[in-house]
Amino acid sequence: MNATGIGAAVRRKEDFRFVTGNGQYTDDVTRPGVTRAVFVRSPHARAKLRGIDISVARKMPGVAAVLTGAELTGDKIGNLICGWMIHSKDGSPMKMAPHPALASGTVNYVGDAVAVVIADTLAQGRDAAEKVKVDYEVLPAVTDPAEAKSGPQIHEVAPKNIIYEWSLGDQKAVDAAFASAKHVTRLDIINNRLAPNAIEPRAALAEYDAGTDQLTLWNTTQNPHVSRLVIAAFVGMAPEHKLRVIAPDVGGGFGSKIFIYPEEVVCLWAARKVHRPVKWVAERSESFLTDAHGRDHVTHAELALDGSGKIVALRAKTIANLGAYMSTFSSSVPTYLYGTLLSGQYDIPHIYCEVDAVYTNTVPVDAYRGAGRPEATFVVERLVEVAARQMGIEPPEIRKRNFIKAFPHQTPVIMAYDAGDYHASLRQAMEFADVKSFNKRKRESARNGKLRGLGFSTYIEACGIAPSQAVGSLGCGVGLWESAEVRVNPTGSVEVLTGTHAHGQGHETTFAQLVSERLGIPFENVSIVHGDTDKVQFGMGTYGSRSGAVGMSAVVKALDKIEAKAKKVAAYMLEAAEGDIEFKDGKFTVAGTDKSAPWGDVALNAYIAHKFAGADLEPGLKETSFYDPTNFTFPAGCHICEVEVDTETGKTEIVNWTAVDDFGTVVNPMIVEGQVHGGIAQGVGQALLEGVVYNKDGQLVTGSFMDYTMPRAHDLPLFHLGLTETKSPSNPLGIKGCGEAGAIAAPAAVINAITDAIGTEELSMPATAQAVWSALKRAHGVRQAA
Amino acid sequence: MPAVSMTVNGKSVAGDVEARTLLVQFLRENLRLTGTHVGCDTSQCGACVVHVDGIAAKSCTLLALQCEGAKITTIEGLAEPNGPLHPMQEAFREHHGLQCGFCTPGMIMSALDIVRRHGHELDERTIREQLDGNLCRCTGYHNIVKAIGAGARAMVKSGAPRQAAE
Repeated sequence: MNATGIGAAVRRKEDFRFVTGNGQYTDDVTRPGVTRAVFVRSPHARAKLRGIDISVARKMPGVAAVLTGAELTGDKIGNLICGWMIHSKDGSPMKMAPHPALASGTVNYVGDAVAVVIADTLAQGRDAAEKVKVDYEVLPAVTDPAEAKSGPQIHEVAPKNIIYEWSLGDQKAVDAAFASAKHVTRLDIINNRLAPNAIEPRAALAEYDAGTDQLTLWNTTQNPHVSRLVIAAFVGMAPEHKLRVIAPDVGGGFGSKIFIYPEEVVCLWAARKVHRPVKWVAERSESFLTDAHGRDHVTHAELALDGSGKIVALRAKTIANLGAYMSTFSSSVPTYLYGTLLSGQYDIPHIYCEVDAVYTNTVPVDAYRGAGRPEATFVVERLVEVAARQMGIEPPEIRKRNFIKAFPHQTPVIMAYDAGDYHASLRQAMEFADVKSFNKRKRESARNGKLRGLGFSTYIEACGIAPSQAVGSLGCGVGLWESAEVRVNPTGSVEVLTGTHAHGQGHETTFAQLVSERLGIPFENVSIVHGDTDKVQFGMGTYGSRSGAVGMSAVVKALDKIEAKAKKVAAYMLEAAEGDIEFKDGKFTVAGTDKSAPWGDVALNAYIAHKFAGADLEPGLKETSFYDPTNFTFPAGCHICEVEVDTETGKTEIVNWTAVDDFGTVVNPMIVEGQVHGGIAQGVGQALLEGVVYNKDGQLVTGSFMDYTMPRAHDLPLFHLGLTETKSPSNPLGIKGCGEAGAIAAPAAVINAITDAIGTEELSMPATAQAVWSALKRAHGVRQAA
Repeated sequence: MPAVSMTVNGKSVAGDVEARTLLVQFLRENLRLTGTHVGCDTSQCGACVVHVDGIAAKSCTLLALQCEGAKITTIEGLAEPNGPLHPMQEAFREHHGLQCGFCTPGMIMSALDIVRRHGHELDERTIREQLDGNLCRCTGYHNIVKAIGAGARAMVKSGAPRQAAE
């Protein structure tokens, strides 16, 4: 292994600028004459817009413009779209309601933007925004997905607020298996709604160059090219070649910065109208109100087993809340990213899943770290754990009896798992977690008046998103390949342009490791370029743990072409046949001789072109590849959570966390561990602390960090991590992806541990101290709980 | 507009600001010191932590005018230009105590204040409790906790003062 190559825990290239305060996030960028945008937002969850009076605001100091939805429509700025078509089981297409960037006619959630003030300074903008008078006729609202179908109809296109009623699997076969099953486990599950809360709030800076009719957008986005495509082709802001989108340093995404939001559309439009740059930066309260939330499922799930604990069928019925409008990829999350993962790590012959997606008067819901897969894992892992307890089988044992053992494995819900060893990760995790001595620790806890519990989660996810033909056949509006361009400079240093985007994942380091390993050149001589549509030709961005499996594979393919071309150059230099040139450790050698040329000389010769004629070989050394994966990848593993519950307060302490994951090839173990840590923290947050609350009127009760509990350092333990490895056969590097695993595995592990401790399954997330105390009280009566 | 003057990272600075200008706005917009970040509007996230007269403060919760005559240190002032990183910065890099980097300046400034108050030998529990005012969404805090412990110890060896240089 090269010291900076694949598998080395290389320290990150990115960090110098971040630890010295030299990062360049969107809000750090400024342009001459910049103005600030301040949005006027609906304080009502549902209302008719009777009128907007901007006359006072317009005359306030420093105000350049006050713009409303009527003007937006007048300028023929199109609606935001959802790019994944889902059909209901009756064959009808999903009901996508119009989503204008500024509301006109009605507002449909608290935070829906109705107007924007463009002013010289932020303070002036805020002052003027307070003077915009909006006449609302307040209408009844619905926020609970379980009540959506009987609530007031939000959009004309969607009777009973139903977006689609989707199903997957063979219902008849599943019903038959249930009818003859020896044991059935049933659970009602609420997968709690989450606010993504990247610490960098969303932001946009738009600039218009009247001389060239060119628009530029600096934006907190995970996928600048997708953003440009949607804003050009669907919103109709400008032709694609007249719009440049730059995603500079982005301070965390977790899915929430995939989507195309109203604010960037409005900033672009306003910049062209006022002929000055326009910047908007969300306040945290705006983030809570307007960032697409995650999860929000209501599910009834059932597991059928035979007398030996072998699973014979699974069925689930889910209502998924998609909020007031359909966000960019929202339709895919509770369908093809959820139903397709309901087989977990298990050989389940029959699965049937129904998902009803509904509109409510809440902010749109879309992908949040894991996106559908945490919801699926929670259903499967809770069912399996509860079934084990009900049947008197040890939780690891029931898993072993049902694990898939042979690959490839075709599940009844589309996915074909290509590689894995689920016994290996379970076995290693049980050793690390010292499960053998758990009962001793439980007795010690009991002596201290505490309840101790152990929770397993053997999760699977589908990552490496995704083969374009496959997702196309499922309704996705785009292909999910990735591009790479490798530019070799005459001095031999290398720039890699990738269509993926890093917002914490460290691509500048890991992608450089790949190049260093492959070309045998110093890691320092490689730069990674991403996040600018003027530099990178096209790319699909970063989400779904795809950058390694898909993005790095594109780099590999481009490097193959680079090597082939460089060998031709070397052959001319060394006066040998091309087929005799070998390339190893940064050196081109004529096979069987001591004639060689180092990498740098070959790079130089490719450009000076003195050794070959242009008719025989083109000068230069630059290659491009578009890589489309052959399958999803299937990272999997076992997380074990051990908790202690204080019976007097209901407070849960996580006393031990073990995670053994199989991510295939690991490029940088330090970065991979960091991804797992962060994922677990978000999963623990969901399980113990976080939950978005809207009241009946549609007011967001959890609208700040004072009300919405984010995991803090003292809420979490140190994590004990391990890796097993089965390489993915579906990409050249064998990578499976690691970005979402923790968030997928953790919630079930935590809830399985707490319910093990407290002896009742009646516990919803977030399992706050109050919730756990109440569950204890309900299950065992006040005396025992107190 | 009222005038304000203070010392920032050892340099005297002055400006005319609206009375309601926050310290963080003065640093970011007037002085273009954009390493100090704003992550919330309720003093909860700590991305904006700087040192005011040697003590950690959330610069989103101070008016610039309150800092008249004060000595302010921001993340940009920790290491000499072109010099080595401060041991705490180096520890965050070495221990992968950051991912997206947005919370990092505030984390490092808070970490130095933890050292000022609790010394160089910090146990895990102390670090976790003392980080109550800083949110990170990327790291799960695991490596931040390690980085702060290591950085605090490294400050002894390097002779870096407990209190950041002005």
